[in-house]
Parts: sequence; C-alpha cells; structure tokens
Amino acid sequence: MVIFGAMISFRFFYHFGRYLTLLRKCFIHLGKRSVYWNETMRQCVDVGVGSLVIVIIFSLFLGAVLTVQTAYQFTTPLLSRSIIGSIVTNTAIIEMAPSVTCLILAGKIGSSIASELGTMRITEQIDALEMMGVNSAAFLVLPKIIAGTVMVPLLVMIGGFLQIWMGLMVGVWTEVLSAEEFMQGSIQYFIPFTVTFALIKATTFGFIIASVASYLGYYTSGGALEVGRSATQAVVASCMLILLWDYLLAQMLL
Amino acid sequence: MIEVRSLYKSFGDKVVLSDVFARFEPARTSLIIGASGSGKTVLMKCMVGLIEPDKGQVIYDGASDLIALPETERRRIRQQIGMLFQGSALFDSMNVEENVMFPLTMFTKMTYKEKLHRVNECLERVNLSHTNRLMPSELSGGMKKRVGIARAIVMNPRYLFCDEPNSGLDPQTAIRIDELIREITLEYRITTIINTHDLNSVIGIGDYIVFLFQGKKEWEGDRYSVLRSDNQALNDFVFASRYFKEIRDQLVG
Repeated sequence: MVIFGAMISFRFFYHFGRYLTLLRKCFIHLGKRSVYWNETMRQCVDVGVGSLVIVIIFSLFLGAVLTVQTAYQFTTPLLSRSIIGSIVTNTAIIEMAPSVTCLILAGKIGSSIASELGTMRITEQIDALEMMGVNSAAFLVLPKIIAGTVMVPLLVMIGGFLQIWMGLMVGVWTEVLSAEEFMQGSIQYFIPFTVTFALIKATTFGFIIASVASYLGYYTSGGALEVGRSATQAVVASCMLILLWDYLLAQMLL
Repeated sequence: MIEVRSLYKSFGDKVVLSDVFARFEPARTSLIIGASGSGKTVLMKCMVGLIEPDKGQVIYDGASDLIALPETERRRIRQQIGMLFQGSALFDSMNVEENVMFPLTMFTKMTYKEKLHRVNECLERVNLSHTNRLMPSELSGGMKKRVGIARAIVMNPRYLFCDEPNSGLDPQTAIRIDELIREITLEYRITTIINTHDLNSVIGIGDYIVFLFQGKKEWEGDRYSVLRSDNQALNDFVFASRYFKEIRDQLVG
C-alpha cells in the first residue's frame, strides 16, 4: 500500500514538474511578436468560433431543462413562482455556465489540442520547429493557452445568457410562470459578485483545459494509438481538475 | 565542417552509440549507413541536439561544441542548419508557400515580396514551381520531400541533414531526390549529412560514407572503396542480395 502510494506520488510530481517546466519554456526565448500574434488569433478563432455552435446548442437545452426541473420541484402554492426565475438565473451563472459548459469544452477543445500537438510530435513537426531554432513550446503552446484563457470566459458568458433566456422562454411557453415573474425573481435575488465569480471560474477552467491538453499532446510519444490515448487523457484530466478547482474556488471565494 | 568525437548514447541498458568518431566536410555528401536499429537516426539527432548524448562532442567549424552550448547558442547554430525529416515534417496547417516561408517569417526582416521571391526561387530549385497554394495533404511523397528540401535550404544553411530522404519513394524519384541534394550541396558548398540504407544513394552520391554496425563505427570510406572493401559486416549490409554479391565478385575479381 505504501509502495503503491509512493509510486502514485512519484508519478504526480513527475508530471507536475514537467508541466511547470513546459509552462516556463513558453515564456523564454520568444521570437518575433507578430508571428505569435497571428498564431494566437488563429487559435482564438479555433477555440472560440469553433466551439460556439456546441455551446449555443448545449446552453439552450440546459436552460430549458433547468426551468422545467425547477418548476417540477416547486409545486407548493406557499412559494412565489418568481423563485423559479431566481434559481434558474443563479444556478446558470454560478454553476451551469462556467462549470458544466467547461466540462463540455474540455471534451471539445482538450481533445482537439492534445491530438493536434500529439500528431505534430509523432510526425516530427515539433522537431522540425526546434531544428529551425524556434521555441516550439512558446510557438505552439502559448497561443493555445492564451486563446483558452481569453475565449472560454467569452463562451461561458454567451452560454450563461442563453441558459437564462431559454429558461425564461420555456417557463413562458409551458405556462409555468410569466416573463415578468421570471424577471422579478432573477433581479430580486441577483448578487453581482456571482458574475465575477463565474468569470474567475471560467478563466481558471480555460487555462486548465488548454494547458493540460497542451502538456499531454506536446509530450506524446509513439504512434497513432498514443495520440488517441493523449486526447482521452487530456479530456479526463481536464474534467477532473475542473471539478477539483470548482470546489476549491467555491470554498475560497464564496 | 562537423566533427563527432567519441559519442556515446544509451537508452536504459541498450547501448545505441559507442565511441563514434566522424568528420564531415563541406561541399561533400556524407552518408551515414547501417541496418535498421544500428543507431543512424540517434547519431543524427545527437549531432543536431534533438537527443542529448551521454558523452562526447559535436564540434561545428572546429570551435563550438553543440552539446556543451546553452540553449540560446544552440538555437543560433540551428538557424544555420537545414533538416529534411524522414516523413518530411511539413506543417499540416500551412500550404507549400507558408511552409517554405516559415523560417524567413520567423528569423528575417524581409518584406512579404522579398520572402515570396526567395520561396519561389527555392521551389523552382526543387522543380516545384506553381505549387504554392497546395496543402501538404495534396502532395505526393516525392513532392513532400522536395518541399522539405526547399524549406531546409530557404535560409541558405551551412549544414544540411537529411534523415532517410528517399525512404518510401520509387527508385527513380529516390535517385532524383539524391541528385537534387548533391547538386545543392555542391552549389552552395553545404556540409551535407544523409542518413540512409539505400544502395543507390551509397553508390550514387556517397563522397564520404560512415558505416554503423551495432552502435559502433565499423567502416568509413567513399563510394568507390565501398565496392572493394573486405569488411564482412559492410559487405553483408551493402551487398545483401545474392545478385549484388555476384556483381561485386565480378568487379573485385
């Protein structure tokens, strides 16, 4: 048991050390800024625009489900129906938009980054960059981390807005509550800090998704099988870390 | 000129390179030959610093030992190196023009017009004019190799490393790639080192040949002496088929 624990700890510190080394490598020996700017913009389009459709679809359905299920649990006439609007809004802002959307994005963005870098590694494209004298970590990983950290909060904001809007629309369509009741509940119990909290979470999760997936992709070795394995590991590791940091941030900031 | 002095490399218990010495001169196509697993690729990657050797030196131009240099200095030397990888290693997200232009964009202050002129010059040199807009996935194996060569020479390198440049190509295309590398080597007086196990390359362009056998330098010479060598391991490798053995016997006899 002790040996098993020691092995797990060793593996954790090995990967954590290598992860930090990769992050450090991203910020030294940077080349021409214009090239990095173009690459960062390309990644922002990939991460942001590329994930927009899935975020929209996911958020619309999640908003609808939130209203229907909340209404199902509040059948008592003792409570005002506007409470449904409050719960839907707060749940969307605090948890659903930042955390659940990021879990979905971990699958979409994480696997894409890990498989892209993994393929570049096994086809010697990363070696080719190093041979040219380019800092491959800075050129490939840094733009992805910046894109993840900037674009994920934007996607989360869009997702949150759509979840609340869809929650309102479904409430009206199903005649559970009126738009005025929904808005009244949303405004009455709205705490502005929850928006800041959601953005802090989204930024953290965006960084986790991009950096963890980049780490696992960048250090892929072997062949096509290992690229697939890296992509899977990236999704699993990102999801686990998102859940862990979701709890830690809630504990620290709320 | 590149000089390898007493290079050692092991992976775990497996000794891949042991006490390898070699000297590669400019304006000559130097070949590292040997069977699969003999340490050719590891030697080449040690020479460019992609793999850290356990011991030894790689001296560039009689002065800088690449192994002992800090990362910044290594990058400076690497900017003088062109490398053609076994699978060409073209960037999938870029078209031919962008691939060849990439080193210029990264390391020069040339305008787009100047860069394009240089790219077209290099593509013309490898007989690939008017392929600028094609993506790597649209190219044949031979074309990919030629784009790889164009990218390798775009910065006017002093050293050119080619890792199995004609693997996976038909014999005619392979010979054309060999001839192209040789022409470029002589034209620009580059120190060219090719990693191969192709007999046509050995006979056709081997100005200086290093034969690796079980991680050690077993033999060195040129394409003329390889035919008359009495080294058993070399003969078993180069004249592997009975047909070639008979031809060699006739030549030597």
